[in-house]
Amino acid sequence: MNKQMQLADVVASLKDGMTIGFGGWGPRRKPMALVREILRSGLKDLTLVALGGPEIGMLCAAGKVKRVIYGFVSLDFIPIEPFFRKTREAGGVQASELDEGLLVLGLQAAGHRLPFLPTRVGLGSDVTTINPEFKTVKSPYADGETFLAMPAIKLDVALIHVTRADRLGNTQTDGPDPFFDALFARAADKCYVTTEELVDRIDLVHPDKAKSNLFERYLVTGVVEAPLGAHPTTAHDLYGWDVEHFKEYQALAGEEGGWKKYFDKYVAGPESGYADRVGGASRIRNLPIPTF
Amino acid sequence: MTTQFSLAELVIVSAAEAFRGGGEVLATGIGPLPRIAVGLAKLTFAPELCMTDGEAYLVEEPVPLGPRNGYQPKYSGWMPYGRVFDSVWSGKRHAMVTPVQVDRWGQGNIAALGDLKKPKVQMLGVRGFPGNSVSHKNSMFLPAHTKRAFIEGEVDVVASVGFSDKRWPEGVKKLPVDIGVVVTNLCVMDFNGPDHAARVIALHPGVTFEEVQAETGFPLLRAESVKTSAAPTEEQLAIIRKLDPTSIRATVIKGNPPGLRAA
Repeated sequence: MNKQMQLADVVASLKDGMTIGFGGWGPRRKPMALVREILRSGLKDLTLVALGGPEIGMLCAAGKVKRVIYGFVSLDFIPIEPFFRKTREAGGVQASELDEGLLVLGLQAAGHRLPFLPTRVGLGSDVTTINPEFKTVKSPYADGETFLAMPAIKLDVALIHVTRADRLGNTQTDGPDPFFDALFARAADKCYVTTEELVDRIDLVHPDKAKSNLFERYLVTGVVEAPLGAHPTTAHDLYGWDVEHFKEYQALAGEEGGWKKYFDKYVAGPESGYADRVGGASRIRNLPIPTF
Repeated sequence: MTTQFSLAELVIVSAAEAFRGGGEVLATGIGPLPRIAVGLAKLTFAPELCMTDGEAYLVEEPVPLGPRNGYQPKYSGWMPYGRVFDSVWSGKRHAMVTPVQVDRWGQGNIAALGDLKKPKVQMLGVRGFPGNSVSHKNSMFLPAHTKRAFIEGEVDVVASVGFSDKRWPEGVKKLPVDIGVVVTNLCVMDFNGPDHAARVIALHPGVTFEEVQAETGFPLLRAESVKTSAAPTEEQLAIIRKLDPTSIRATVIKGNPPGLRAA
């Protein structure tokens, strides 16, 4: 069994109109090498699901998105993702805005093959105005309480960046927070991971780190070796998000034709040359991990 | 001797009071002043509070804001986002947050301005506000008390739930909403008037009720005894300086005015 693939193989398996979920959180641990490969492709009309960061802004800017299902889209130190903001203010995508927790519950329902999960979250707020298709459900027990029935968010594909993986599809993810990568993997028909480090057998090399395995390998369809593949987002414990790069990205979002400039300068051309285009691999490896 | 202190420091002391007597909960101050306020409460009168390092770990010693400069946080537990949601939904949390708009029903907006389909200004989105507001206690801090923040009508997007009936589906019993205090650069308010009307419960030194009312888009009540917000003590100021060694607090309220207005 060998699940190793190339970026182009993964993107070739995607189709127009698919629902794609992204692991990570804001500007943290996003599968950016795969995002760039999608940007280089002809894919369109995608529905994106994320606790979003630059992957959402970039794919929106490139006109590849029909709908975004999101808890937020933020670069943290730049609180609102600049290209997403531009797209939203132009009414450019269908926006299914959720409470962060509702997104988590929707993925959990999908992963557990349930049509919905009951919750109080969203009731009384404009979440139900933004998502008029949401229905309520009454408890069948004595309490009789009415809940929001958060519908399952089923994904065609989940794209996730990990620290280490092997050819069998076993993965390990370092860093203080696993975020909801496991729920994305479980909610999807197919899950592709990019990894900083690829080994033949993770059990023979890193058996001491089994607790950092977030989801089972039977959920993993393909593994792509993509060192520095989360740049410009953080990949614990290897490199932090790229402040300088994001500032340039933000400035370009304010310019006419700014997305094309960004694309031509950094995304166009093969991924193998990406690190050099953004200042070199050693520069990325030295990006400090931010503290709060 | 008169102690010198800034309005931000006075606000931190007022905001810390929000966490008095609330029990052993996860206290989350979002933004510099609320975060310092939680730290101050924990280090003085509320050691029972649980707080995080701002990322994924629990700490018993509040982590100072800004560059670490060699400071090593001491972790007492793990609090990744997944567990934060568990805490939120269990109700064992008290957050202090900063909405962009607040209305007379105590509803808050951080999501967007204008139409939802094509917002005039896309802001943060609803983030965790809908769930927080129906799950646990929430207090607020607003750095600029104006009619643009405390608006006349209803907030453009209801991110945090208040006491309005409008968005509750027919036949659904409204959930209890627990709004603590609202601390601003002018005063401290709550929503504990008749029918949850907003009341001024404390005025910062030199501020009048009339001034607060003039900067608020909806009618305010006076609490039975309106206090003057307490000035920070030397001990509190020393803790505040320790929690914020690079004085990020000086950047929060426009002009970083002194705590005592010039006569």
